[in-house]
Amino acid sequence: MSKHPLLQVKNLHASAEGREILKGVDLTVNTGEVHAIMGPNGSGKSTLAQVLAGHPAYTVLAGTATYEGKDLLAMKPEERARAGVFLAFQYPVEIRGITNSYFLRSALNALRRERGEAELDPIDFLQFLEQKLKAIGWDDSMMNRPVNEGFSGGEKKRNEILQLAVLEPRLAILDETDSGLDIDALKTVAETVNKLRSPDRSFLIVTHYQRLLNYITPDVVHVLADGRIVKSGGPELARELESRGYDWLRDGVMVS
Amino acid sequence: MSSGIESQVLQPYKYGFVTDIESETVPPGLSEDVIRLISEKKGEPAWMLDWRLKAYRNWLKMPEPHWPNVQYGPIDYQAISYYAAPKQRPKLDSLDQVDPKLLETFEKLGIPIEERKRLAGVAVDAVFDSVSVATTFREELKKHGVIFCAISEAIREYPELVQQYLGSVVPYNDNFFAALNSAVFTDGSFVYVPKGVRCPMELSTYFRINAASTGQFERTLIIADDASHVSYLEGCSAPVRDENQLHAAVVELVALDRATIKYSTIQNWYPGDEEGRGGIYNFVTKRGACRGRGSKISWTQVETGSAITWKYPGCILQGDDSIGEFYSVAVTNHRQQADTGTKMIHMGKNTRSTIVSKGISAGRGQNTYRGLVKILKGAEQARNYSQCDSMLIGDRCGAHTFPYIDVRNSTATMEHEASTSKIGEDQIFYAKQRGLSAEDAVSMIVNGFCKEVFKELPMEFAVEAQRLLGISLEGSVG
Repeated sequence: MSKHPLLQVKNLHASAEGREILKGVDLTVNTGEVHAIMGPNGSGKSTLAQVLAGHPAYTVLAGTATYEGKDLLAMKPEERARAGVFLAFQYPVEIRGITNSYFLRSALNALRRERGEAELDPIDFLQFLEQKLKAIGWDDSMMNRPVNEGFSGGEKKRNEILQLAVLEPRLAILDETDSGLDIDALKTVAETVNKLRSPDRSFLIVTHYQRLLNYITPDVVHVLADGRIVKSGGPELARELESRGYDWLRDGVMVS
Repeated sequence: MSSGIESQVLQPYKYGFVTDIESETVPPGLSEDVIRLISEKKGEPAWMLDWRLKAYRNWLKMPEPHWPNVQYGPIDYQAISYYAAPKQRPKLDSLDQVDPKLLETFEKLGIPIEERKRLAGVAVDAVFDSVSVATTFREELKKHGVIFCAISEAIREYPELVQQYLGSVVPYNDNFFAALNSAVFTDGSFVYVPKGVRCPMELSTYFRINAASTGQFERTLIIADDASHVSYLEGCSAPVRDENQLHAAVVELVALDRATIKYSTIQNWYPGDEEGRGGIYNFVTKRGACRGRGSKISWTQVETGSAITWKYPGCILQGDDSIGEFYSVAVTNHRQQADTGTKMIHMGKNTRSTIVSKGISAGRGQNTYRGLVKILKGAEQARNYSQCDSMLIGDRCGAHTFPYIDVRNSTATMEHEASTSKIGEDQIFYAKQRGLSAEDAVSMIVNGFCKEVFKELPMEFAVEAQRLLGISLEGSVG
């Protein structure tokens, strides 16, 4: 399968609470590629993830984002989700009284309706879920607990990856999924992401640290600083950042 | 952050149609003559009329209560018609003689009363304005000794039972609206479950207000004799009208030794429009007496309708080891106001009560929980657990909690938990990001919040309650 652009972001400017955070982001993610977005705190990494998913707290000031040839920014958040854009949240929210299993089935059925497929009843869903869990080597212990309620930080992040595995998006955006994970949980998450890599699924992995990228080898690494992508390169760039930090790049921005 | 969270579009109330039927309505106004007329129309014995008149004379001396946390203009009691009944042949021998328009009305409301369409396992008493038009499965119930009929009929057919228990839990002078009801009540349901009988099906009454400018004053009396068990459910709705209509009901429950009564309400009276025009004033007195040892009364209510709701279904725990429960979901959207909760009066030893209240406010709705837990001197080892949770949708609504606790016995154990949460943009965004629509997201979050109450409803109605909640909150989130 030849590569073609799944997501094209051009000159994207966005603000939150009146403050401009993204100041002209350019980014192209081809099908099947894994891109890492790195950068110092406050550089706009999470904002980029939220804007692509359509969070209402952010305002797009200028620029475009094209997904599968469509104007992504004109789509409602739920339309983006149904078109295959998935965001693994940095801070997953709790939904009291609703089991993970019910939530996930409702989400899956919303996607299936969009694709013109039959909805799954609870029994069919359980079978479907079993296959998906088996494929990633997880058990179903989280499924009958209320969505994220009483979950540890690590469990919440794992739950996001579980949802990713079940909903099978075309573009998976991971927003600091590695933060707050101990090394074992980090490995589990990374292994699962690797299993979910496929020629027709792309990943955009937002992370502050290089450590997740020890386990997930990205095709492209971007450095975001002060709302712009200031450098892009291969996996070696991540290692360079690990040893040199971000300051040398920030200086570069100021020079240019 | 919350700017886009509510877009106030008109809430589509799906039960707002009017049935075009010829009805016999008593001219507006209240007097002893009107009460005599109602009593005569019902073919009542003299003791019933005397009781009504006693109630009326007391009511004249009582002030309308204004302590609830709700606001409304003065009610003109002389502008209300106290009796409205669809014209039909008197003395129906069978359901086939019920006016097809009435059958159609109830069918439209999802309450089929025709033989061939009946809900399996649920007996229904259908009340239209001031009269009961049909009661299903009566013969089947009679085989088990269970009496289920209109209260007007019970007054004629079972006067001893009615005379013994009517007003024994809610006296005719209990409060302003209960006194008014005692004077002018027209119909409602009567249930008697004999000793040792487990009622073989759910009993249900559906109340429909149809006529304009009338009040509905129904009265329900349920008696569960020793070691019997009954589950009863009431539902209600009314047409969309610009005027406010008064609904002042009284419900009395009596549970004798080891008897259990489960009483569920799905209240969906017309709530008024988004500006607060019209809607029902739902001023209701509901009380159960756990007279017998080890008896149990459980109230479950889902209150989504009415412009104003004022009700405190309570339990008087007289018998030792008796149990009272109150599970409530109250929703106020647009300009709706609710002041609701419960009263648990512990008198017997080892009595236990549980209160779980979920208040949901959206739009400019105001939702108040008011509850009293009273432990009397003789109530050794009484226990109460109360949980009051409020949920706010948007930033123009209000939630209030007034828990009163009065303990006169030091062996009592009391627990009270309260929480207030807000459906946040982040919660809705999370669900949307997984592909759910805003409506589905809110409905899911709210249903999760109410789960502890919904699981107390009979299965057939839990689904209905969840659906209703979705409708009530429609348009509250953008």
